[in-house]
Amino acid sequence: MKKPPEDPHLPLFKSPSGEAGVPPSRPTALPPSPTALSVTQLVSALRRVVEEASGTLWIKGEIAGMKAYGSGHWYFSLRDPDSAIKCVMWKSNTTKVGTAPVDGTEVYALVTPTVWADKGELKAAVQVMLPTAGIGVQQLSREKVRAALEKDGLLDPSRKRQLPAYPRAIAVVTSTDGAALRDIIIVTRKRWSSVRLVIVGATVQGDGAARDLCRALKVVNRLPGIDLCIIGRGGGSREDLHAFDDEKVCRAVAALTMPVVSAVGHETDASLTDLVADLRAATPSAAAERAVPDRADCLRHVASLSSRLAHGLRRRTGLVAERLARTGDRIEVAMVRRIREPRASVDRLAGQLEALSPLRVLGRGYSVARLADGRVARRRADLPEGTEFTLRVSDGDVPSRAG
Amino acid sequence: MADTPDTLSADLRRLEEIVRSLESEDTDLDRALALFEEGVGRLRAARDRLGEAEARVQKVLEDAAGHLTLSDFEE
Repeated sequence: MKKPPEDPHLPLFKSPSGEAGVPPSRPTALPPSPTALSVTQLVSALRRVVEEASGTLWIKGEIAGMKAYGSGHWYFSLRDPDSAIKCVMWKSNTTKVGTAPVDGTEVYALVTPTVWADKGELKAAVQVMLPTAGIGVQQLSREKVRAALEKDGLLDPSRKRQLPAYPRAIAVVTSTDGAALRDIIIVTRKRWSSVRLVIVGATVQGDGAARDLCRALKVVNRLPGIDLCIIGRGGGSREDLHAFDDEKVCRAVAALTMPVVSAVGHETDASLTDLVADLRAATPSAAAERAVPDRADCLRHVASLSSRLAHGLRRRTGLVAERLARTGDRIEVAMVRRIREPRASVDRLAGQLEALSPLRVLGRGYSVARLADGRVARRRADLPEGTEFTLRVSDGDVPSRAG
Repeated sequence: MADTPDTLSADLRRLEEIVRSLESEDTDLDRALALFEEGVGRLRAARDRLGEAEARVQKVLEDAAGHLTLSDFEE
């Protein structure tokens, strides 16, 4: 088969069999039924082409014909002087925008163009919508910076460092004449009087603010003995807070060698420095509260340690006293035994002695004759007639004379 | 500054250890007395630090050559 002429649209019109169909530029009176596409085949082929060709992308245009339904879905067109495209924004996305922008509002929209089968309509499904007026541009660049920081892992929760429990010196990067600095000084004085605050003044809004904040953050890294850094400013319009969404400022915050608390006064939406910092505080006062402990709390803790220490020692010495008392008891018992044992021996010996005593023999009816000189008379020769002697009987002595 | 930033932190941590040792049964008296003495010293130091004078507020000045100097901050 001969190759058909080059035509970028040709692949669209392939029949299910893969054969090239008849191009619309050359209609025949009677289309051959086997090569005709169904409407569905055509529309789904168009849809594939549209989706593949554009993907998801940012477009800029004015809102026209906005219809915000009770369901939360919005139907409208985005147009410029020459063209328009029908759009739909589902409830899951419209809730992030808030109220529907009025017709004529110029917006940036992140869209995925497609073809809707039921009406064969080209439609753009809108995921994100930002008004272009001032803030929209900022938000767009903010989203870009955020994506870059995220890609480099700077928003990773595992990067977050713990704040020191009892900081000695805190660097404060803010305007030297703003309410933020005054609030930080007041709160730190009230809570933790022993801290040293080192102010590194910086322009926090307007032209050059981002550059000046970067300079100040680099200064902080060169200061010796700083335990913690607070960067922030009081509340302001989104425009005022723009420097805190600056990529270089965020990277300088990430590069600080000590933990950092970011407090950019904006209630609803965090600044990017808030996301990079180790801790985000809603206001400068809140940052100061998180940065230093409360002296009164700490004193209570010290008092409790003090009483536990004293109690601990009392308990310890109490135990020793008990042990000493027990030891004393044991000594006494030992001493008593040492005294009693000999006494028992003496008694026993005394008993034995008594059993052997000659006096007991006398008790059985024997007697002993003692001469005047104390000798015991053992023979007749000891007792010549007329000799005086003492006869010992069991209960005493009897003076006697040999007859 | 003579003090390291974590001095108070270290004192309080050590005090916790000392108290726990004293509260446990297996410390002999000599050791307990030594711990107690150390504890009293650290308590005094912690109280001194907590009673320090009013917060000092300084301002950093950077000259053209990039040298940093600190001066008291005028409020």
